[in-house]
Amino acid sequence: MTSVEATSKRPRGFLRQLFSSRPVAIGAAIFLAIILVSLCADLVTNAQPFQIRPRMRLHAPDSSFWFGTDALGRDVFSLVVFGGRLSLLVGFFVALVSATLGTVLGLTAGYFKNVDSILMRFMDAIMAIPGVLFAVALVSLVGPSLASIVGAIAFSEIPRVTRLVRSVVLTVREESYVKAAESMGIPTPLVLFRHILPSCVAPLIVQTTYTFAAAILMEAVLGFLGVGFPPDVPTWGNILANGRAVFQRGPWTIIAPGLFLAITVMTINILGDGLRDRLDPKLSRNAKVAA
Amino acid sequence: MARLILWRIASAIPVMLIVATIVFVLLRLSPGDPAAILAGDSAGPEVIARVRAELGLDRSISVQYLTWIGELARGHLGASIMSKQPVIKEIKARLEPTLVLAFAAMLLTILIAVPLGAIAAWRHNSWIDRAVMALSVVGFSVPVFMTGYIFILCFSIWADILPVQGYVSPFSAPILAARHLVLPALSLALLFIALIARVTRSSVLEILGEDFVRTARAKGARNGRILWRHALPNAAVPIITVIGLGIALLISGVVVTESVFNIPGVGRLTIDSILGRDYPVVQGLIMFFAMIYIGVNLLIDIACALVDPRVRV
Repeated sequence: MTSVEATSKRPRGFLRQLFSSRPVAIGAAIFLAIILVSLCADLVTNAQPFQIRPRMRLHAPDSSFWFGTDALGRDVFSLVVFGGRLSLLVGFFVALVSATLGTVLGLTAGYFKNVDSILMRFMDAIMAIPGVLFAVALVSLVGPSLASIVGAIAFSEIPRVTRLVRSVVLTVREESYVKAAESMGIPTPLVLFRHILPSCVAPLIVQTTYTFAAAILMEAVLGFLGVGFPPDVPTWGNILANGRAVFQRGPWTIIAPGLFLAITVMTINILGDGLRDRLDPKLSRNAKVAA
Repeated sequence: MARLILWRIASAIPVMLIVATIVFVLLRLSPGDPAAILAGDSAGPEVIARVRAELGLDRSISVQYLTWIGELARGHLGASIMSKQPVIKEIKARLEPTLVLAFAAMLLTILIAVPLGAIAAWRHNSWIDRAVMALSVVGFSVPVFMTGYIFILCFSIWADILPVQGYVSPFSAPILAARHLVLPALSLALLFIALIARVTRSSVLEILGEDFVRTARAKGARNGRILWRHALPNAAVPIITVIGLGIALLISGVVVTESVFNIPGVGRLTIDSILGRDYPVVQGLIMFFAMIYIGVNLLIDIACALVDPRVRV
């Protein structure tokens, strides 16, 4: 998704360079496969994915139930494949929302000195509130929905994007081409978007992949703690939450969705690392800390 | 130096004020009557009216806000609806398991991650380096509860050598407590080991390219001495800073770990209060955790300034 955007700004062969690293190529392939499988969930699962089969409760994995069945006799493989849709959607929207709002706030804080310190104190305050607690509290107060869950997770991610964009703006705004644009009387919004924003794109793409991964993890944590989407909606977090009570008799109810979750997050992180090495070798590995 | 410390403390106050404001707004975001939500689903109108009066929700929003800030300034975090106890008391009663768990996880992290990262940097591009980096990607990606359950499955159910869940105070039965603590501390620490090993590696790697390392090598210092005596202390500031930022992750991790391993700490108190809709406690707990985060980072800022004169600008 992000790499396509990058190719237009980079010399030809960017994608080839990116995928010349074997871990990145394998990671991208697995991630693509996971997206495809969740998109075609109806095709790869059996006819009645959520059918409750009382006689088949906690059936161990075999050829007909690849990941076994859960406490209600539902096929865990179907649940996991369908669950991926919502989990990935949450990740995508959180990445989109926090990248957009974070960029706007970062540009503002970096360029306009008079709002900088107030805005950044706000960001410091948001960073001080543990993300899980804020999200759990907000979702349980407002009620679980795609909007509230995305909003609750994005809220804690915005300061990281803001700080990143602001730090880029602070260095770029002293460059002579920005000074030249300013002295030519080019309107400020145009200076920001035409001359400053392009420098932010590379680190922003890297940060967005990390946000995507972090958001998927956070959705799972919300579901696991019992405050995510309603329990009957399959998401990775909810499947994990349902598996908790029967974990000792049917460990596959936790391990199958957990493994899918971990592999997805890992491939996104590997992709992010690969993008960072290609797009911005100078970008410190410490930037990962923010993710 | 004293001026620097005072300045840092003073600059934390507006941040605390904003946190308090966010928490205040958060609890008023809910659709419907906050008093009805606070009183619970089964409460009758007279209970709701009593809760409203008790919490001062019948007064204007600005009075409520000023009261909340004023109470906080005097160190009051409010009182639980269920137990009627002050939130501070509730936290104190649950603090020990959380502190023990967090301390054990931090100790494991520093003991494992710093040497691992330093060795990876020293043997840059070797198989050790690659293994450490791969481990750190895995550590980042596997959620805390997943590692927790896999540990329980392997060590408690299959191998049956460690207890499944629960908490025993190390002050009453140290050995039993340690056996209960190993798995939760390790699953909580994994994310940090990944994080700190990575930062240590990149930080040491940068220092190893510096002139003074070359000088040390030129005067014939041994490899081990160069790494531990010259490189690592100079790489300490980013590592310590990351540990400070990691406190937020630690708090989130504690909440989940306590839930997986059934540990009656502050994290469990938080989830129980949220599920039980005891919102004054939730409000107080968010403030409490934010204060810890800000306090720890304040101390780290000061520590960095003491360790590294370059930071003191």
